Amino acid sequence: MSKIKAENVNVYYGSKQALFDVSIDIAEKEVTALIGPSGCGKSTFLRCLNRMNDVIEICRVEGSIKMDNLELNSRKLDVVRLRENVGMVFQKPNPFPKTIYENVAYGPTIHGIAQSKEEMDQIVETSLKKAALWNEVKDRLDEIGTGLSGGQQQRLCIARAISVSPEVILMDEPCSALDPIATAQIEELIDDLKKEVTIVIVTHSMSQAARVSQKTGFFHLGKLIEFGPTDKIFKNPDNQQTQDYITGRFG
Amino acid sequence: MLKDIGKNMNNYKKNLLKKRYNAERRFQWYGKIAIGLALTFLAVFMFQIFSKGYSAFQKTWIVTEVHYDKELLLIDAESPSKDDLENADYYDVAYKAMTSLDPGLPEEEDRQLIQMVSYKYETEVKDLLLKNPDFLGKIVPIKLTASDDVDQVHKGNYPRDIPEKNRRVNDYQLQIYDMLNERGDILSEFNISFFTSPDSREAELAGIASSFMGTVFSILVCLAFSFPIAVLAAIYLEEFAPKNKFTDFIEVNINNLAAVPSIVFGLLGLGILLAVFNLPRSTPLVGGITLSLMTLPTIIIAARASLKAVPPSIREAALAMGASNMQTTMHHTVPLSMPGTLSGTIIGLAQALGETAPLILIGMVAFVNTIPGTPVDPAASLPVQIYIWSESAERGFVEKVSACIMVLLAFLILMNLAAQIVRHKFEKKWS
Repeated sequence: MSKIKAENVNVYYGSKQALFDVSIDIAEKEVTALIGPSGCGKSTFLRCLNRMNDVIEICRVEGSIKMDNLELNSRKLDVVRLRENVGMVFQKPNPFPKTIYENVAYGPTIHGIAQSKEEMDQIVETSLKKAALWNEVKDRLDEIGTGLSGGQQQRLCIARAISVSPEVILMDEPCSALDPIATAQIEELIDDLKKEVTIVIVTHSMSQAARVSQKTGFFHLGKLIEFGPTDKIFKNPDNQQTQDYITGRFG
Repeated sequence: MLKDIGKNMNNYKKNLLKKRYNAERRFQWYGKIAIGLALTFLAVFMFQIFSKGYSAFQKTWIVTEVHYDKELLLIDAESPSKDDLENADYYDVAYKAMTSLDPGLPEEEDRQLIQMVSYKYETEVKDLLLKNPDFLGKIVPIKLTASDDVDQVHKGNYPRDIPEKNRRVNDYQLQIYDMLNERGDILSEFNISFFTSPDSREAELAGIASSFMGTVFSILVCLAFSFPIAVLAAIYLEEFAPKNKFTDFIEVNINNLAAVPSIVFGLLGLGILLAVFNLPRSTPLVGGITLSLMTLPTIIIAARASLKAVPPSIREAALAMGASNMQTTMHHTVPLSMPGTLSGTIIGLAQALGETAPLILIGMVAFVNTIPGTPVDPAASLPVQIYIWSESAERGFVEKVSACIMVLLAFLILMNLAAQIVRHKFEKKWS
């Protein structure tokens, strides 16, 4: 089933066009990987899905992006409600310089999800458990989140993202700043999470895309060159450029 | 291996290398000389102030005996009440206390002895009895504030070898002074009244209490006005305002405002606060508002710089969690920028602390001999006090000027220290 349906999305930074007529169907409760060389527009596309491009003043998005038939690229859309339902994990772990508990509790607090202290404790615990971080931090929830290791920080950011039970989680190269062990932990986590949420992940690692995703989209120079089941993209792509990229001949 | 490198170098290369090292060595020496010069200037400046000013923290007293004679005090009651003591006549008693130092002196020369103590000696005689009512009828020793001339003689600041007619202390007074000093009746104690008394025309009585309180009130008023306005302006400009020509124009003007000479702000205070709004003249309220015009741009610039220093990743994290612009700013950006903003504020206030010109223009240069209790009472301020005293002719004020500078410097150092502590202790370290 399709969760997000993008049609003819064009993105401009000032006069420079960054995305050209991108149309894509992102399936529910699956992992969709977006790959491609640097500057190909995959992150730009990802940021269209939770309207993070709004922050960039010169950025203009055209086209239609529908999530469950709700138009995301509309002035009338309440971005606060959208971002409650579409979480995001960034390239560099960016926990708030607050305690671990406060990091996870922030989303539920501003969205009024927990009614009582007990409920909040419960949300924090479940989120940290889902992010496979609970056992490491349960005795030091009062410590500052930025004091954790890189991999732990990134899992804390994932716990923060899932604390508001979003339907979609966007991940922008979540493992590029992490070592292989931490990367493996995050990938395992993605595998678990996809049972409940739709995940869109941008990655530079082809092997990571192959390991975690069910669908893969290949971007090049702002265009979506090829999109299809991961198996097919990696084993038998239709397009020569895709073939060249995944075999490491360019990019 | 290294030898080989040396072998292969021709003379030209060797010279080049030598030149490079020499240039670096020379440059380091220039730097050391520059720092040495700066430190020397500072040391000379400090030595000058301390050597002149330290004696102001000592106060000279003349000890004599006073006879609280009921008849001279004109007290009739058998057991006088507090009111009786309050209303008694102390003139003769005090007079006698001083003239008793040299009973042989003809009556018409008495003034010479009276001049050796401050003109408030009668009050001092009265205060001692009010504090100890059982001294009534007894002869007790009393400490009287020495006049500034005797004070300067005792501190060795007054040359004794110039001709008598050019001296404010005549030979007879020096003789009495030497006699008293030999008996141990000249006391030198820590000068508490320098900190507790308001300004006075008499150097021996003048203190910094009024100007110190004036400064404190001015700074508080300045903080109360400039901090909220500056922080709100900075937050709006940095976090909410669209980046366009108009906001660029505002930014340029804020930077210009920071460079405007302070006397211009003084004129503004005079022309608007006093003339249009009719606020009370010579008060810390007006002084503080005038100074806040000066600190405003400093705080705005500091606050904007520290808002800018908050990593964008924190803003993105909050926005991606569904926080509104306002929530992102108030929950994350502003708290994280506070250490920088606060230390900028303290530095701005420290600048305002040393300002003299605008305060003179709004009338805080008036002679104030009361200690202000509120920001709407007339007051001076420390830098203006320095200015006033440095214009006085009496020798006794020379050391007061230096002492007042020391107090002002101590105040400044404390504030800058506070700024450093705020910055280092509360600033977040980004991973």
